Amino acid sequence: MTTLAPDHKPTFASVPLSERFAAALPVLLVPILVVLGFLAIGNPSSWLTLTVSGLAMGMMIFVMASGLTLVFGLMDVINFGHGAFISVGAFVGVSTLFGLSHWAGAPSLTLNLIAILLAVLAAMAVTGLLGWAFERIIVKPVYGAHLKQILVTVGGLIVIEQMIHVIWGPEEIFLTRPEMLKGSITFWGAALEKYRLLAVAIGLILFVAMRLTFRRTKIGLIVRAGVENGEMVEALGYRLRIVFVGVFVAGSALAGLGGVMWGLYQEVITAGMGEEMMILVFIVVIIGGLGSVEGAFIGALLVGLLQNYIAFLEPKLALVSNIGLMTAILMWRPQGMMPVVKAK
Amino acid sequence: MSNQTSDAILKLQNVHTDIAQYHILHGVDLCVERGAVTMLLGRNGVGKTTTLRSIMGLWTTHTGDITFDGANITATPTPARARAGIGFVPEDMGIFTDLTVEENMTLAAASGPLSPARRDWIFTAFPPLKTFWTAEAGNLSGGQKQMLSIARTMAEERKLYLIDEPTKGLAPAIVSTMAAALKELKNQGASILMVEQNFAVAKAIGDYAAVMEDGRITWSGTMQELASDTTLQEQLMGLSMEASA
Repeated sequence: MTTLAPDHKPTFASVPLSERFAAALPVLLVPILVVLGFLAIGNPSSWLTLTVSGLAMGMMIFVMASGLTLVFGLMDVINFGHGAFISVGAFVGVSTLFGLSHWAGAPSLTLNLIAILLAVLAAMAVTGLLGWAFERIIVKPVYGAHLKQILVTVGGLIVIEQMIHVIWGPEEIFLTRPEMLKGSITFWGAALEKYRLLAVAIGLILFVAMRLTFRRTKIGLIVRAGVENGEMVEALGYRLRIVFVGVFVAGSALAGLGGVMWGLYQEVITAGMGEEMMILVFIVVIIGGLGSVEGAFIGALLVGLLQNYIAFLEPKLALVSNIGLMTAILMWRPQGMMPVVKAK
Repeated sequence: MSNQTSDAILKLQNVHTDIAQYHILHGVDLCVERGAVTMLLGRNGVGKTTTLRSIMGLWTTHTGDITFDGANITATPTPARARAGIGFVPEDMGIFTDLTVEENMTLAAASGPLSPARRDWIFTAFPPLKTFWTAEAGNLSGGQKQMLSIARTMAEERKLYLIDEPTKGLAPAIVSTMAAALKELKNQGASILMVEQNFAVAKAIGDYAAVMEDGRITWSGTMQELASDTTLQEQLMGLSMEASA
Protein backbone atom coordinates (compact mmCIF):
# COMPACT_ATOMS: atom_id res chain seq x y z
CA MET A 1 0.00 0.00 0.00
CA THR A 2 1.36 3.43 -0.85
CA THR A 3 1.54 6.25 1.64
CA LEU A 4 -1.84 7.90 1.83
CA ALA A 5 -0.97 10.99 3.76
CA PRO A 6 0.56 14.10 2.26
CA ASP A 7 4.29 14.42 2.79
CA HIS A 8 4.46 16.65 5.81
CA LYS A 9 6.72 16.53 8.83
CA PRO A 10 4.68 17.07 11.97
CA THR A 11 6.52 18.52 14.93
CA PHE A 12 5.62 19.68 18.42
CA ALA A 13 5.91 23.35 19.11
CA SER A 14 8.68 23.85 21.66
CA VAL A 15 7.30 24.44 25.15
CA PRO A 16 8.72 27.52 26.94
CA LEU A 17 10.86 26.81 29.99
CA SER A 18 8.44 28.68 32.26
CA GLU A 19 5.57 26.40 31.19
CA ARG A 20 7.67 23.30 31.74
CA PHE A 21 8.60 24.55 35.21
CA ALA A 22 4.95 25.27 36.02
CA ALA A 23 3.98 21.76 34.90
CA ALA A 24 6.71 20.17 37.01
CA LEU A 25 6.11 22.39 40.05
CA PRO A 26 3.86 19.97 41.97
CA VAL A 27 6.63 17.36 41.84
CA LEU A 28 9.14 19.94 43.05
CA LEU A 29 6.98 21.05 45.98
CA VAL A 30 8.15 18.21 48.23
CA PRO A 31 11.90 18.93 47.87
CA ILE A 32 11.16 22.67 48.13
CA LEU A 33 9.27 22.08 51.41
CA VAL A 34 12.09 19.86 52.71
CA VAL A 35 14.65 22.60 51.98
CA LEU A 36 12.45 25.28 53.53
CA GLY A 37 12.02 23.04 56.58
CA PHE A 38 15.77 22.73 56.87
CA LEU A 39 16.23 26.49 56.67
CA ALA A 40 13.49 27.15 59.23
CA ILE A 41 14.52 24.46 61.72
CA GLY A 42 18.25 25.08 61.48
CA ASN A 43 19.31 22.05 63.51
CA PRO A 44 20.18 19.23 61.02
CA SER A 45 19.46 16.34 63.40
CA SER A 46 16.04 17.71 64.43
CA TRP A 47 15.29 18.41 60.78
CA LEU A 48 16.19 14.84 59.77
CA THR A 49 14.08 13.34 62.55
CA LEU A 50 11.09 15.50 61.59
CA THR A 51 11.56 14.81 57.88
CA VAL A 52 11.57 11.02 58.35
CA SER A 53 8.57 11.33 60.65
CA GLY A 54 6.76 13.49 58.09
CA LEU A 55 7.57 11.13 55.24
CA ALA A 56 6.36 8.13 57.27
CA MET A 57 3.10 9.89 58.10
CA GLY A 58 2.72 10.94 54.48
CA MET A 59 3.29 7.43 53.18
CA MET A 60 0.65 6.01 55.51
CA ILE A 61 -1.87 8.65 54.47
CA PHE A 62 -1.04 7.91 50.82
CA VAL A 63 -1.72 4.20 51.35
CA MET A 64 -5.15 5.08 52.74
CA ALA A 65 -5.92 7.75 50.12
CA SER A 66 -4.81 6.01 46.91
CA GLY A 67 -7.86 3.75 46.72
CA LEU A 68 -10.28 6.57 47.47
CA THR A 69 -8.97 8.83 44.71
CA LEU A 70 -9.20 6.04 42.13
CA VAL A 71 -12.72 5.11 43.19
CA PHE A 72 -13.77 8.72 42.71
CA GLY A 73 -11.86 9.10 39.45
CA LEU A 74 -13.23 5.94 37.86
CA MET A 75 -16.91 6.12 38.70
CA ASP A 76 -17.46 9.51 40.36
CA VAL A 77 -18.28 7.72 43.60
CA ILE A 78 -17.77 9.70 46.81
CA ASN A 79 -17.17 7.07 49.47
CA PHE A 80 -17.33 8.49 52.98
CA GLY A 81 -17.32 4.91 54.22
CA HIS A 82 -13.66 4.50 53.26
CA GLY A 83 -12.67 5.29 56.85
CA ALA A 84 -14.45 2.14 58.03
CA PHE A 85 -11.96 -0.01 56.11
CA ILE A 86 -9.09 1.79 57.89
CA SER A 87 -10.59 0.97 61.29
CA VAL A 88 -11.50 -2.63 60.42
CA GLY A 89 -8.01 -3.17 58.95
CA ALA A 90 -6.42 -1.89 62.14
CA PHE A 91 -8.56 -4.13 64.39
CA VAL A 92 -8.07 -7.26 62.28
CA GLY A 93 -4.34 -6.61 61.91
CA VAL A 94 -3.81 -5.90 65.60
CA SER A 95 -5.89 -8.95 66.60
CA THR A 96 -3.71 -11.07 64.31
CA LEU A 97 -0.58 -9.57 65.89
CA PHE A 98 -1.94 -10.39 69.35
CA GLY A 99 -2.50 -13.96 68.14
CA LEU A 100 1.11 -14.06 66.94
CA SER A 101 2.49 -12.41 70.07
CA HIS A 102 5.20 -15.04 70.45
CA TRP A 103 6.56 -14.01 67.03
CA ALA A 104 5.88 -10.29 67.46
CA GLY A 105 7.55 -10.34 70.87
CA ALA A 106 10.55 -12.43 69.82
CA PRO A 107 13.89 -10.61 69.52
CA SER A 108 14.12 -11.59 65.86
CA LEU A 109 13.59 -9.12 63.03
CA THR A 110 12.58 -11.92 60.67
CA LEU A 111 9.88 -13.27 63.00
CA ASN A 112 8.68 -9.72 63.73
CA LEU A 113 8.36 -8.93 60.02
CA ILE A 114 6.59 -12.23 59.34
CA ALA A 115 4.12 -11.41 62.11
CA ILE A 116 3.50 -7.96 60.60
CA LEU A 117 3.19 -9.43 57.11
CA LEU A 118 0.58 -11.96 58.28
CA ALA A 119 -1.29 -9.22 60.15
CA VAL A 120 -1.27 -7.04 57.04
CA LEU A 121 -2.44 -9.91 54.81
CA ALA A 122 -5.28 -10.75 57.20
CA ALA A 123 -6.31 -7.09 57.39
CA MET A 124 -6.20 -6.66 53.61
CA ALA A 125 -8.15 -9.88 53.00
CA VAL A 126 -10.92 -8.90 55.41
CA THR A 127 -11.15 -5.27 54.25
CA GLY A 128 -10.99 -6.34 50.59
CA LEU A 129 -13.90 -8.70 51.16
CA LEU A 130 -15.75 -6.06 53.16
CA GLY A 131 -15.09 -3.58 50.35
CA TRP A 132 -16.61 -5.95 47.82
CA ALA A 133 -19.75 -6.37 49.94
CA PHE A 134 -19.89 -2.60 50.59
CA GLU A 135 -19.73 -1.85 46.86
CA ARG A 136 -22.37 -4.42 45.92
CA ILE A 137 -24.83 -3.62 48.72
CA ILE A 138 -24.33 0.07 49.49
CA VAL A 139 -22.60 1.82 46.56
CA LYS A 140 -24.03 0.02 43.53
CA PRO A 141 -27.62 1.22 43.98
CA VAL A 142 -26.52 4.88 44.11
CA TYR A 143 -24.24 5.21 41.08
CA GLY A 144 -24.51 8.72 39.66
CA ALA A 145 -26.30 10.19 42.70
CA HIS A 146 -23.73 12.08 44.77
CA LEU A 147 -26.03 13.18 47.58
CA LYS A 148 -27.32 9.65 48.10
CA GLN A 149 -23.74 8.36 47.96
CA ILE A 150 -22.74 10.66 50.81
CA LEU A 151 -25.76 9.67 52.89
CA VAL A 152 -25.53 5.91 52.42
CA THR A 153 -21.76 5.66 52.71
CA VAL A 154 -21.80 7.72 55.93
CA GLY A 155 -24.54 5.34 57.12
CA GLY A 156 -22.36 2.37 56.17
CA LEU A 157 -19.44 3.90 58.09
CA ILE A 158 -21.56 4.25 61.23
CA VAL A 159 -22.87 0.68 60.97
CA ILE A 160 -19.36 -0.76 60.53
CA GLU A 161 -17.99 1.30 63.43
CA GLN A 162 -20.77 -0.02 65.66
CA MET A 163 -20.00 -3.55 64.48
CA ILE A 164 -16.40 -3.00 65.64
CA HIS A 165 -17.76 -2.05 69.07
CA VAL A 166 -19.87 -5.22 69.08
CA ILE A 167 -16.96 -7.50 68.11
CA TRP A 168 -13.99 -5.88 69.88
CA GLY A 169 -15.74 -3.87 72.58
CA PRO A 170 -16.15 -0.11 72.99
CA GLU A 171 -12.75 0.59 74.57
CA GLU A 172 -9.64 1.70 72.73
CA ILE A 173 -6.99 -1.00 72.41
CA PHE A 174 -3.38 -0.26 73.27
CA LEU A 175 -0.59 -2.22 71.66
CA THR A 176 3.16 -2.28 71.45
CA ARG A 177 5.17 -2.63 68.29
CA PRO A 178 7.01 -5.88 67.58
CA GLU A 179 10.22 -6.17 69.59
CA MET A 180 12.77 -5.30 66.91
CA LEU A 181 10.76 -2.31 65.65
CA LYS A 182 10.78 -0.56 69.02
CA GLY A 183 13.18 2.31 69.62
CA SER A 184 15.27 4.21 67.15
CA ILE A 185 18.56 4.18 65.36
CA THR A 186 20.95 7.11 65.37
CA PHE A 187 21.97 8.51 62.01
CA TRP A 188 24.06 11.66 61.71
CA GLY A 189 23.10 12.54 65.23
CA ALA A 190 19.39 12.21 64.54
CA ALA A 191 17.16 9.68 66.27
CA LEU A 192 15.14 7.88 63.61
CA GLU A 193 12.38 5.57 64.80
CA LYS A 194 12.79 2.11 63.26
CA TYR A 195 9.07 1.75 62.63
CA ARG A 196 8.90 5.05 60.75
CA LEU A 197 11.71 3.90 58.47
CA LEU A 198 9.75 0.70 57.81
CA ALA A 199 6.62 2.75 57.06
CA VAL A 200 8.57 4.90 54.57
CA ALA A 201 9.91 1.75 52.90
CA ILE A 202 6.45 0.15 52.65
CA GLY A 203 4.92 3.34 51.25
CA LEU A 204 7.67 3.74 48.67
CA ILE A 205 7.47 0.10 47.56
CA LEU A 206 3.71 0.41 47.24
CA PHE A 207 3.93 3.62 45.23
CA VAL A 208 6.50 2.15 42.84
CA ALA A 209 4.42 -1.04 42.49
CA MET A 210 1.28 0.99 41.75
CA ARG A 211 3.11 3.14 39.23
CA LEU A 212 4.51 0.09 37.45
CA THR A 213 1.05 -1.50 37.41
CA PHE A 214 -0.49 1.63 35.92
CA ARG A 215 2.25 2.15 33.34
CA ARG A 216 3.17 -1.38 32.32
CA THR A 217 0.03 -3.52 32.50
CA LYS A 218 -3.14 -3.50 30.48
CA ILE A 219 -5.35 -3.36 33.55
CA GLY A 220 -3.35 -0.30 34.62
CA LEU A 221 -3.98 1.29 31.23
CA ILE A 222 -7.69 0.53 31.53
CA VAL A 223 -7.85 2.18 34.95
CA ARG A 224 -5.92 5.27 33.80
CA ALA A 225 -8.04 5.59 30.68
CA GLY A 226 -11.22 4.89 32.66
CA VAL A 227 -10.48 7.71 35.08
CA GLU A 228 -10.23 10.09 32.12
CA ASN A 229 -13.05 8.83 29.90
CA GLY A 230 -14.92 5.77 31.14
CA GLU A 231 -17.47 5.88 28.34
CA MET A 232 -14.77 5.51 25.69
CA VAL A 233 -13.17 2.62 27.56
CA GLU A 234 -16.51 0.83 27.42
CA ALA A 235 -16.85 1.66 23.73
CA LEU A 236 -13.54 -0.14 23.19
CA GLY A 237 -15.01 -3.30 24.70
CA TYR A 238 -13.98 -3.22 28.37
CA ARG A 239 -16.52 -3.72 31.14
CA LEU A 240 -15.64 -0.78 33.35
CA ARG A 241 -18.04 -1.78 36.12
CA ILE A 242 -16.04 -4.95 36.73
CA VAL A 243 -12.79 -2.98 36.70
CA PHE A 244 -14.34 -0.55 39.15
CA VAL A 245 -15.33 -3.32 41.56
CA GLY A 246 -11.73 -4.59 41.39
CA VAL A 247 -10.38 -1.11 42.12
CA PHE A 248 -12.88 -0.66 44.96
CA VAL A 249 -11.77 -3.96 46.52
CA ALA A 250 -8.08 -3.09 46.06
CA GLY A 251 -8.66 0.40 47.48
CA SER A 252 -10.46 -1.06 50.51
CA ALA A 253 -7.61 -3.54 51.06
CA LEU A 254 -5.08 -0.69 50.88
CA ALA A 255 -7.14 1.25 53.43
CA GLY A 256 -6.92 -1.86 55.63
CA LEU A 257 -3.14 -1.90 55.19
CA GLY A 258 -3.05 1.80 56.06
CA GLY A 259 -5.11 1.06 59.17
CA VAL A 260 -2.61 -1.55 60.40
CA MET A 261 0.31 0.80 59.70
CA TRP A 262 -1.39 3.72 61.46
CA GLY A 263 -2.36 1.56 64.44
CA LEU A 264 1.24 0.43 64.88
CA TYR A 265 2.38 4.04 64.46
CA GLN A 266 0.04 5.41 67.13
CA GLU A 267 0.18 2.26 69.31
CA VAL A 268 -3.52 2.61 70.01
CA ILE A 269 -6.59 1.80 67.92
CA THR A 270 -10.22 2.92 68.17
CA ALA A 271 -13.32 2.26 66.10
CA GLY A 272 -13.40 5.95 65.14
CA MET A 273 -9.76 6.15 63.99
CA GLY A 274 -10.67 5.71 60.33
CA GLU A 275 -13.28 8.44 60.50
CA GLU A 276 -10.72 10.78 62.09
CA MET A 277 -8.16 9.95 59.40
CA MET A 278 -10.65 10.71 56.65
CA ILE A 279 -10.13 14.45 57.14
CA LEU A 280 -6.47 14.12 56.20
CA VAL A 281 -7.29 11.58 53.48
CA PHE A 282 -9.82 13.91 51.86
CA ILE A 283 -7.39 16.84 52.06
CA VAL A 284 -4.78 14.71 50.27
CA VAL A 285 -7.22 13.52 47.60
CA ILE A 286 -8.48 17.06 46.96
CA ILE A 287 -5.11 18.82 46.80
CA GLY A 288 -3.64 15.99 44.73
CA GLY A 289 -6.40 16.30 42.13
CA LEU A 290 -9.35 13.90 42.11
CA GLY A 291 -8.45 10.62 40.41
CA SER A 292 -4.68 11.16 40.45
CA VAL A 293 -2.53 8.62 42.30
CA GLU A 294 0.63 10.67 41.70
CA GLY A 295 -1.15 13.78 42.98
CA ALA A 296 -2.30 11.89 46.10
CA PHE A 297 1.28 10.74 46.69
CA ILE A 298 2.68 14.27 46.51
CA GLY A 299 -0.23 15.66 48.53
CA ALA A 300 0.26 13.05 51.26
CA LEU A 301 3.96 13.82 51.57
CA LEU A 302 3.23 17.55 51.75
CA VAL A 303 0.63 17.01 54.47
CA GLY A 304 2.91 14.72 56.51
CA LEU A 305 5.98 16.94 56.23
CA LEU A 306 4.17 20.22 56.85
CA GLN A 307 2.34 18.91 59.90
CA ASN A 308 5.60 17.71 61.46
CA TYR A 309 7.58 20.86 60.66
CA ILE A 310 4.84 23.18 61.90
CA ALA A 311 4.28 21.11 65.05
CA PHE A 312 7.96 21.64 65.87
CA LEU A 313 8.21 25.28 64.84
CA GLU A 314 4.83 26.62 65.94
CA PRO A 315 2.80 23.94 67.78
CA LYS A 316 -0.31 26.14 68.01
CA LEU A 317 -0.52 26.27 64.23
CA ALA A 318 -0.18 22.49 63.74
CA LEU A 319 -3.93 21.92 63.82
CA VAL A 320 -4.62 24.35 61.01
CA SER A 321 -1.51 23.70 58.91
CA ASN A 322 -3.20 21.17 56.62
CA ILE A 323 -6.31 23.25 56.09
CA GLY A 324 -3.97 26.17 55.30
CA LEU A 325 -2.07 23.97 52.84
CA MET A 326 -5.30 22.92 51.15
CA THR A 327 -6.50 26.52 50.91
CA ALA A 328 -3.20 27.66 49.40
CA ILE A 329 -3.07 24.86 46.84
CA LEU A 330 -6.70 25.28 45.80
CA MET A 331 -6.17 29.02 45.35
CA TRP A 332 -3.18 28.18 43.13
CA ARG A 333 -4.77 25.23 41.32
CA PRO A 334 -8.53 25.01 41.98
CA GLN A 335 -8.71 21.43 40.65
CA GLY A 336 -5.77 20.21 42.70
CA MET A 337 -2.13 19.80 41.75
CA MET A 338 -2.41 17.05 39.15
CA PRO A 339 -6.06 16.77 38.17
CA VAL A 340 -7.04 14.05 35.75
CA VAL A 341 -8.71 15.68 32.77
CA LYS A 342 -12.25 14.43 32.70
CA ALA A 343 -13.83 13.91 29.31
CA LYS A 344 -17.29 13.17 30.63
CA MET B 1 -33.96 2.54 2.02
CA SER B 2 -35.46 0.22 -0.53
CA ASN B 3 -32.24 -0.57 -2.33
CA GLN B 4 -30.32 -1.37 0.85
CA THR B 5 -32.14 -4.34 2.23
CA SER B 6 -30.19 -7.05 0.42
CA ASP B 7 -27.36 -7.48 2.95
CA ALA B 8 -27.72 -5.05 5.80
CA ILE B 9 -25.14 -5.37 8.59
CA LEU B 10 -27.07 -2.94 10.77
CA LYS B 11 -30.77 -2.25 10.93
CA LEU B 12 -32.60 0.29 13.07
CA GLN B 13 -36.36 -0.04 13.31
CA ASN B 14 -38.48 2.65 14.94
CA VAL B 15 -35.69 3.64 17.36
CA HIS B 16 -36.66 6.16 20.03
CA THR B 17 -34.05 7.62 22.37
CA ASP B 18 -34.39 10.13 25.19
CA ILE B 19 -31.60 12.14 26.75
CA ALA B 20 -32.77 13.13 30.23
CA GLN B 21 -36.23 14.67 29.69
CA TYR B 22 -35.65 15.35 26.00
CA HIS B 23 -37.04 13.03 23.34
CA ILE B 24 -34.33 13.14 20.64
CA LEU B 25 -34.94 10.23 18.28
CA HIS B 26 -38.54 9.89 17.14
CA GLY B 27 -38.50 6.51 15.42
CA VAL B 28 -35.36 6.12 13.34
CA ASP B 29 -35.48 3.52 10.55
CA LEU B 30 -32.10 2.91 8.96
CA CYS B 31 -30.25 0.17 7.09
CA VAL B 32 -26.46 0.07 6.76
CA GLU B 33 -25.28 -2.07 3.90
CA ARG B 34 -22.45 -4.55 4.47
CA GLY B 35 -19.16 -3.54 2.82
CA ALA B 36 -20.38 -0.05 1.91
CA VAL B 37 -20.18 3.48 3.31
CA THR B 38 -23.45 5.03 4.43
CA MET B 39 -23.39 8.75 5.15
CA LEU B 40 -25.78 10.10 7.78
CA LEU B 41 -26.56 13.69 6.83
CA GLY B 42 -28.69 16.50 8.15
CA ARG B 43 -28.67 19.85 9.87
CA ASN B 44 -27.13 20.36 13.30
CA GLY B 45 -29.25 19.05 16.14
CA VAL B 46 -31.41 16.64 14.15
CA GLY B 47 -30.13 13.56 16.03
CA LYS B 48 -27.20 12.21 13.97
CA THR B 49 -24.79 11.89 16.90
CA THR B 50 -27.57 10.52 19.10
CA THR B 51 -28.25 7.87 16.46
CA LEU B 52 -24.60 6.74 16.49
CA ARG B 53 -24.47 6.77 20.29
CA SER B 54 -27.72 4.79 20.45
CA ILE B 55 -26.24 2.18 18.11
CA MET B 56 -23.19 1.99 20.39
CA GLY B 57 -25.41 1.71 23.47
CA LEU B 58 -24.15 4.95 24.99
CA TRP B 59 -27.70 6.26 25.08
CA THR B 60 -30.49 3.89 25.98
CA THR B 61 -33.06 3.11 23.33
CA HIS B 62 -36.42 2.82 25.04
CA THR B 63 -38.46 1.80 22.01
CA GLY B 64 -37.54 0.07 18.78
CA ASP B 65 -34.98 -2.51 17.67
CA ILE B 66 -31.35 -2.39 16.69
CA THR B 67 -30.17 -5.46 14.80
CA PHE B 68 -26.47 -5.94 14.16
CA ASP B 69 -25.12 -8.78 12.04
CA GLY B 70 -28.35 -10.70 12.52
CA ALA B 71 -28.56 -10.31 16.30
CA ASN B 72 -30.84 -7.97 18.23
CA ILE B 73 -28.52 -5.78 20.30
CA THR B 74 -31.08 -3.26 21.59
CA ALA B 75 -30.51 -4.29 25.21
CA THR B 76 -26.86 -5.30 24.84
CA PRO B 77 -24.36 -3.31 26.97
CA THR B 78 -21.83 -1.10 25.18
CA PRO B 79 -18.74 -3.28 25.84
CA ALA B 80 -20.50 -6.31 24.36
CA ARG B 81 -21.47 -4.31 21.24
CA ALA B 82 -17.81 -3.31 20.85
CA ARG B 83 -16.67 -6.91 21.25
CA ALA B 84 -19.25 -7.98 18.68
CA GLY B 85 -17.34 -5.87 16.15
CA ILE B 86 -18.56 -2.27 16.25
CA GLY B 87 -15.83 0.37 16.27
CA PHE B 88 -16.76 3.87 17.38
CA VAL B 89 -15.09 7.21 16.65
CA PRO B 90 -16.95 9.82 18.71
CA GLU B 91 -17.41 13.44 17.71
CA ASP B 92 -15.02 14.60 20.47
CA MET B 93 -12.53 11.91 19.40
CA GLY B 94 -12.44 10.32 22.87
CA ILE B 95 -8.65 10.31 23.02
CA PHE B 96 -7.03 9.36 26.33
CA THR B 97 -4.84 12.41 26.63
CA ASP B 98 -2.81 11.16 29.62
CA LEU B 99 -1.82 8.03 27.71
CA THR B 100 0.76 7.85 24.93
CA VAL B 101 -0.22 7.12 21.34
CA GLU B 102 1.14 3.60 21.81
CA GLU B 103 -0.90 3.11 24.99
CA ASN B 104 -4.05 4.37 23.24
CA MET B 105 -3.48 1.81 20.49
CA THR B 106 -2.64 -0.99 22.95
CA LEU B 107 -5.91 -0.33 24.72
CA ALA B 108 -7.82 -0.30 21.45
CA ALA B 109 -6.65 -3.83 20.67
CA ALA B 110 -9.01 -5.27 23.28
CA SER B 111 -8.84 -8.91 22.26
CA GLY B 112 -5.06 -9.23 22.16
CA PRO B 113 -1.79 -7.48 21.33
CA LEU B 114 -1.73 -5.14 18.34
CA SER B 115 -0.23 -7.15 15.47
CA PRO B 116 2.87 -5.64 13.78
CA ALA B 117 1.25 -5.98 10.34
CA ARG B 118 -1.82 -4.04 11.44
CA ARG B 119 0.33 -1.44 13.17
CA ASP B 120 2.33 -0.94 9.95
CA TRP B 121 -0.90 -0.61 7.97
CA ILE B 122 -2.06 2.09 10.40
CA PHE B 123 1.32 3.87 10.13
CA THR B 124 0.96 3.89 6.36
CA ALA B 125 -2.46 5.48 6.61
CA PHE B 126 -1.45 7.91 9.36
CA PRO B 127 2.34 8.55 9.31
CA PRO B 128 2.26 11.12 12.18
CA LEU B 129 1.23 8.36 14.56
CA LYS B 130 4.54 6.63 13.91
CA THR B 131 6.42 9.87 14.56
CA PHE B 132 4.61 10.46 17.84
CA TRP B 133 4.24 6.81 18.88
CA THR B 134 5.70 7.37 22.36
CA ALA B 135 4.33 10.91 22.87
CA GLU B 136 1.42 11.74 25.16
CA ALA B 137 -1.74 11.90 23.10
CA GLY B 138 -2.75 15.12 24.83
CA ASN B 139 0.15 16.87 23.08
CA LEU B 140 -1.03 15.96 19.57
CA SER B 141 -2.65 18.51 17.28
CA GLY B 142 -6.38 18.29 16.55
CA GLY B 143 -5.78 16.50 13.25
CA GLN B 144 -3.37 14.03 14.78
CA LYS B 145 -5.85 13.31 17.57
CA GLN B 146 -8.51 12.60 14.95
CA MET B 147 -6.09 10.27 13.16
CA LEU B 148 -5.46 8.45 16.42
CA SER B 149 -9.17 8.21 17.11
CA ILE B 150 -9.81 6.53 13.75
CA ALA B 151 -6.64 4.45 14.00
CA ARG B 152 -7.87 3.05 17.31
CA THR B 153 -10.88 1.52 15.62
CA MET B 154 -8.50 0.04 13.03
CA ALA B 155 -6.47 -1.72 15.74
CA GLU B 156 -8.72 -4.74 15.35
CA GLU B 157 -10.88 -6.29 12.70
CA ARG B 158 -14.29 -4.59 12.92
CA LYS B 159 -17.51 -5.51 11.20
CA LEU B 160 -18.86 -1.97 11.36
CA TYR B 161 -17.31 1.45 11.91
CA LEU B 162 -19.36 4.30 13.38
CA ILE B 163 -17.54 7.54 12.66
CA ASP B 164 -18.86 10.88 13.85
CA GLU B 165 -17.67 13.92 11.91
CA PRO B 166 -14.06 12.87 11.27
CA THR B 167 -13.14 16.07 9.43
CA LYS B 168 -14.74 18.54 11.82
CA GLY B 169 -12.50 21.53 12.49
CA LEU B 170 -9.52 20.14 10.59
CA ALA B 171 -7.20 21.97 8.20
CA PRO B 172 -7.75 21.17 4.49
CA ALA B 173 -4.47 19.22 4.22
CA ILE B 174 -5.48 17.02 7.14
CA VAL B 175 -8.99 16.60 5.71
CA SER B 176 -7.48 15.10 2.55
CA THR B 177 -5.33 12.74 4.69
CA MET B 178 -8.43 11.71 6.55
CA ALA B 179 -10.44 11.22 3.38
CA ALA B 180 -7.66 9.11 1.88
CA ALA B 181 -7.48 6.93 4.98
CA LEU B 182 -11.25 6.47 5.04
CA LYS B 183 -11.20 5.52 1.37
CA GLU B 184 -8.52 2.96 2.13
CA LEU B 185 -10.70 1.58 4.91
CA LYS B 186 -13.60 1.40 2.44
CA ASN B 187 -11.41 -0.36 -0.14
CA GLN B 188 -10.61 -3.00 2.48
CA GLY B 189 -14.32 -3.86 2.45
CA ALA B 190 -15.28 -2.19 5.72
CA SER B 191 -18.88 -1.34 6.52
CA ILE B 192 -19.06 2.27 7.67
CA LEU B 193 -21.80 4.52 9.00
CA MET B 194 -20.49 8.06 9.04
CA VAL B 195 -21.82 11.42 10.09
CA GLU B 196 -20.16 14.08 7.97
CA GLN B 197 -20.84 17.78 7.43
CA ASN B 198 -18.20 18.17 4.73
CA PHE B 199 -20.25 17.29 1.65
CA ALA B 200 -17.21 17.03 -0.61
CA VAL B 201 -15.86 14.27 1.64
CA ALA B 202 -19.31 12.71 2.00
CA LYS B 203 -19.78 12.62 -1.76
CA ALA B 204 -16.31 11.22 -2.39
CA ILE B 205 -16.57 8.39 0.14
CA GLY B 206 -20.26 7.61 0.51
CA ASP B 207 -22.07 4.85 -1.35
CA TYR B 208 -25.38 5.49 0.33
CA ALA B 209 -26.89 8.43 2.16
CA ALA B 210 -29.58 8.87 4.77
CA VAL B 211 -30.87 12.31 5.67
CA MET B 212 -32.27 13.10 9.12
CA GLU B 213 -34.75 15.73 10.18
CA ASP B 214 -36.25 16.13 13.67
CA GLY B 215 -35.04 12.78 14.96
CA ARG B 216 -36.19 10.73 11.96
CA ILE B 217 -34.75 9.55 8.67
CA THR B 218 -36.62 11.54 6.05
CA TRP B 219 -34.83 10.32 2.95
CA SER B 220 -32.48 7.48 2.04
CA GLY B 221 -30.95 6.28 -1.18
CA THR B 222 -27.67 6.21 -3.04
CA MET B 223 -25.18 9.01 -2.61
CA GLN B 224 -25.05 9.38 -6.37
CA GLU B 225 -28.78 9.99 -6.44
CA LEU B 226 -28.54 12.69 -3.76
CA ALA B 227 -25.36 14.29 -5.11
CA SER B 228 -26.81 14.72 -8.56
CA ASP B 229 -30.06 16.32 -7.49
CA THR B 230 -29.56 19.87 -6.17
CA THR B 231 -33.27 20.42 -5.69
CA LEU B 232 -33.49 17.32 -3.51
CA GLN B 233 -30.51 18.50 -1.44
CA GLU B 234 -32.08 21.90 -0.86
CA GLN B 235 -35.38 20.31 -0.03
CA LEU B 236 -33.81 17.90 2.48
CA MET B 237 -31.06 19.96 4.03
CA GLY B 238 -31.81 23.53 3.13
CA LEU B 239 -28.69 23.91 0.98
CA SER B 240 -27.00 22.29 -1.96
CA MET B 241 -23.95 20.08 -1.49
CA GLU B 242 -22.10 21.91 -4.23
CA ALA B 243 -22.64 25.26 -2.53
CA SER B 244 -21.34 24.03 0.81
CA ALA B 245 -18.48 21.83 -0.43
